[in-house]
Amino acid sequence: MNIIVVGLSHKTASVEIREKVAFSSNQIEKPLRELTGLTGIIEGIIVSTCNRVEIYATTRDIAGGIARIRRFMAEYHRIAFEDLEPHLYSYHSEGAIRHVFRVASSLDSMVVGEPQILGQIKTSYGYAAEYKSSGIILNRFLHKAFSVAKRVRTETKIASSAVSVAFAAVELAKKILGDLTDKTVMLVGAGEMCELAAKHFMNCGAKGVMVTNRTFERAERLAEEFAGEAVRFEELFQQLHRADIVLSSTGAPHIIIGPKDVEDVVKRRKFRPIFFIDIAVPRDIDQKVDDVDGAFLFTVDDLQEIVQANLAQRGVEADKAEEIISQEIGQFHKWLSQLEVTPTIVALRSRFDEIRRTEVEKTVAGWKELPPDAEKRLEALTTAMMNKLLHAPTLTLKKAGQGGRVDLYVDALRQLFELEAAAEEDEELELEE
Amino acid sequence: MTHLFFSLTLTLYVVATVAYLSCLWRTSPALTQWAFRLLGAGCVTHILSTIHLASKLKHLPLTTMQESLSFFSLAIVACYLIFERKYKVTTLGSFVTPVALLMFVISSALHSEARQLPPILQSNWFWFHALLAFASYAAFTVAAGVAVVYLIQRYFLKVKHLGALFQKLPSLETLDAISYRCLTFGFPLLTVAIISGSIWSEKALGSYWTWDPKQTWSMIIWLIYAALLHGRITTGWRGKRAAILSIIGFIVLLITFFTMKHSIAW
Repeated sequence: MNIIVVGLSHKTASVEIREKVAFSSNQIEKPLRELTGLTGIIEGIIVSTCNRVEIYATTRDIAGGIARIRRFMAEYHRIAFEDLEPHLYSYHSEGAIRHVFRVASSLDSMVVGEPQILGQIKTSYGYAAEYKSSGIILNRFLHKAFSVAKRVRTETKIASSAVSVAFAAVELAKKILGDLTDKTVMLVGAGEMCELAAKHFMNCGAKGVMVTNRTFERAERLAEEFAGEAVRFEELFQQLHRADIVLSSTGAPHIIIGPKDVEDVVKRRKFRPIFFIDIAVPRDIDQKVDDVDGAFLFTVDDLQEIVQANLAQRGVEADKAEEIISQEIGQFHKWLSQLEVTPTIVALRSRFDEIRRTEVEKTVAGWKELPPDAEKRLEALTTAMMNKLLHAPTLTLKKAGQGGRVDLYVDALRQLFELEAAAEEDEELELEE
Repeated sequence: MTHLFFSLTLTLYVVATVAYLSCLWRTSPALTQWAFRLLGAGCVTHILSTIHLASKLKHLPLTTMQESLSFFSLAIVACYLIFERKYKVTTLGSFVTPVALLMFVISSALHSEARQLPPILQSNWFWFHALLAFASYAAFTVAAGVAVVYLIQRYFLKVKHLGALFQKLPSLETLDAISYRCLTFGFPLLTVAIISGSIWSEKALGSYWTWDPKQTWSMIIWLIYAALLHGRITTGWRGKRAAILSIIGFIVLLITFFTMKHSIAW
């Protein structure tokens, strides 16, 4: 049994193409059923996010399975196959295992180390399990992918550094102010970045929010959003000492906060540190404020540099992650191979036994004067012969499970002895489990 | 027997110091744990070594430079272990353990002649005074280590160079909190140490204050840390100037410890 992957991602297709092929999550049952209805496809999972659409499946016929899934993707979404085909990639066996492990560990994402993809795959897996389009192999495979992703996240620093300006601001604040619980944030002016950063600070436990703006009504509106306090712009310097973090983003063409103002503020705060983030262009806060003891000033450019450095660092951590993934692939592949051996041996044995019993019955039935222990002896004879014949192949098959030829042997046995029908019965039993 | 405890202590301190220094480069929870354990084990063997020496001498080993230096390093290690337990700041250890190790190594290089303890020193007030003094010194040493780390972090923040070391070292606020705790722990101890020292001086020499160099300089040290504490509580002396003053206080303390002797000849 083989695992195959077919799909496209932000690396191979633009967003226009990705949009056309996306599967909507509230209508996932139909495509899942059609997928597993394709000839040769036994189990299937569909993963559809804004950055990738991928189908994971199990099949015995790799080439045929992949080809059929590619056509399925085009036909289901009523796109011309020729338009879709150049953007699709496919993987099988070890390559497929590696790809899914990498995707789940966020190594294939736009921002390496991002946390969303794992949740998205878990959700897709949930649907497949609910509609029973996934079975023993994909279930085990996905569970393994989740645990590999967890290993990568805990054993490397791939996800630990801030890669957005807002997050970088929060991380910095923690390094300056320590625990952010009960700290106060002041927003000077307004703006998306300001509000986003403020939200992050609130998430980390900051309690107080003050908002000030040249237009008092705007300040009031924004303050309401954060259940905070609106401050008149004229009173900015009277209230500034109450803030631990100041986010500034006014549209003013000149400096608003200068070093003398901050020196007063710092004295009033008894030198408790105060963290200024200047998002405005042109700048709101004089650079000399950074020289004031007790005040720390960062601009958006400074934060961007931090983000770039962190992204580069993630590149290094990604190498460690690939290492971990290589280790895990070997283990999983071994399990997958061994999955085949036992049912094959069982199927072979039962096929032989069937033939044996049929022949014994025929012989016994057609024997006019049967000696008293004849039947028993015939049973013994045929069973012994069968066991001896099966002994060597059974051992070889079990031993091959440690190496790589097991697929070859299992496949050959199944074909030569026409074990397929018996095997599919076994799988139905396993799927029901 | 002393030699066994001594070698054990030295080995454990060396390995622990190396472990703590490695924590600056590699992040590993196992390494952090082991550094702490090794240092703790070293502290235990150091205590045993000291007890053993005390039982041989029939008094606390605090009279010669060698003994004092060894005790000083023990106090630093013990004090640091308590702070690490409380604040979980392993990287601080990278700055404190080398100091303790250096003192221990120097102490082992010095000679200590066996001699009779002069009657002046055979006073309980002396032992009390000395013990408290060392405890306060240890706290001020840790405070100085914290101050150094604080200045490093502050430097990184000002030049906006926020690399791996910056991420590993604690936040400014944590460092500040530890520094304050060191002060509130060490300063009262120093005060009582000076007072008990005066009482001993009275009993041994007939006068509470003789203006001998060590006593005088102890007063100066006391004033420095009093200013630090006072500044912190009233006008909020934190951050850069507090850190620098902490370091100055520690340097004065070290110089006094090594060069000043009580003018009582023994």
